[in-house]
Amino acid sequence: MSHPTRYRKYHPKLYRTRMPIFWWVRKWTHIHFITRELTSVFVAFYAIELLFLLRTLTRGQEAYDAFLAWLQTPLALALNTIAFLMIAFHSITWFNLAPKALVIRVGELRIPPVAIAGMNYAGWAVFSAALAWLILSA
Amino acid sequence: MTQQTIALEVFRYRPEEEHEPTFQTYEVPLKKEWVVLDALNYIKDEIDGTLTFRWSCRMGVCGSCGMMINGTPVLTCAAFLETYQPGPVRIEPLANFPVVRDLVILMSDFMEKLGRVKPWIITEKEKPVAEGEYLQTPTQLADFKQYSMCINCMLCYSACPVSGLEPDFIGPAAIALAQRYNLDSRDEGSAQRMEILSQDDGIWQCTLVGECSAVCPKGVDPAGAIQRYKVASTNDWWRSKLMPWGK
Ligand code: SF4
Ligand code: FES
Repeated sequence: MSHPTRYRKYHPKLYRTRMPIFWWVRKWTHIHFITRELTSVFVAFYAIELLFLLRTLTRGQEAYDAFLAWLQTPLALALNTIAFLMIAFHSITWFNLAPKALVIRVGELRIPPVAIAGMNYAGWAVFSAALAWLILSA
Repeated sequence: MTQQTIALEVFRYRPEEEHEPTFQTYEVPLKKEWVVLDALNYIKDEIDGTLTFRWSCRMGVCGSCGMMINGTPVLTCAAFLETYQPGPVRIEPLANFPVVRDLVILMSDFMEKLGRVKPWIITEKEKPVAEGEYLQTPTQLADFKQYSMCINCMLCYSACPVSGLEPDFIGPAAIALAQRYNLDSRDEGSAQRMEILSQDDGIWQCTLVGECSAVCPKGVDPAGAIQRYKVASTNDWWRSKLMPWGK
């Protein structure tokens, strides 16, 4: 979609500033925001790791064992620990923000924001428990 | 007993004298009942009549006294001087706007953006007066009331890094204003507004930093308005793909 470019009149006497590249380091809330955005990189990392794991399944037992062995190396452990922390931060910050986008009404009553965030956390807990059960009982 | 004072470091920009702004320090009495705006008026009346700034109502209604105090956008008529002890207090014009002079910013861009979202009730067919008024229940009013509380103070634009980086971004208050009408039970103009706000300078510029809602003195929550708008826009898109025959 395009729209006509809007030109501003040239005002030689107006004072304008430009945002510095590192505008986000000066305020805690901005650092928090940039960190939240960066955590998506770790979400992608997890997804790729999972795809690699799935690929080994098509390549036989040996490839699978080799991948599991790599997962136990200090490098893989360190990477996965960082990714886990980042993804936890990602989930918590986004769950807390979910009520901003969702306004649900039941009849005349508006569901309070805390309840909407709570539903997300409950879903998280249920899924994690189901996964843990599936893995541990296998 | 000598009176306690506090230092204000005030941004000065006099375009006919200087190309770059400077800071000027004024020592003002620290009175319990004074807000920062009172201190600025004290400077103007007693120390330096050339200091230029906007204000009007002195009670958080007109939205004209917004400035940066120690880097945060606030209404200076609602900011008690005492809370900034021991000072100095740094006072600058609202960030992300061109400065005309001292603490006065140019707001024509903002005014143009407000008008662009068609902030009035749009109906497909006007009802004849004889048919009576458009009725609305308290629940229907509650749907949009919060968005109608905006006083156009522009603090949200100053707090928004996206507005700073992309001056064309239509911005928090304008989008909240569009929502004020979209959610009004009497209005039928949301499709027209969606056309404007789903463009590249509209809602999708927002990355949800959330600072606009944090600084808003009226509890408008523009960040929430924008996220709800994104959900509505996404729903529209899906509906148009899945049910192309529907309107
Ligand atoms: S939304 Fe809030 S901060 Fe923004 S202009 Fe309106 S009252 Fe001011
Ligand atoms: S002077 Fe009117 S809002 Fe501050």
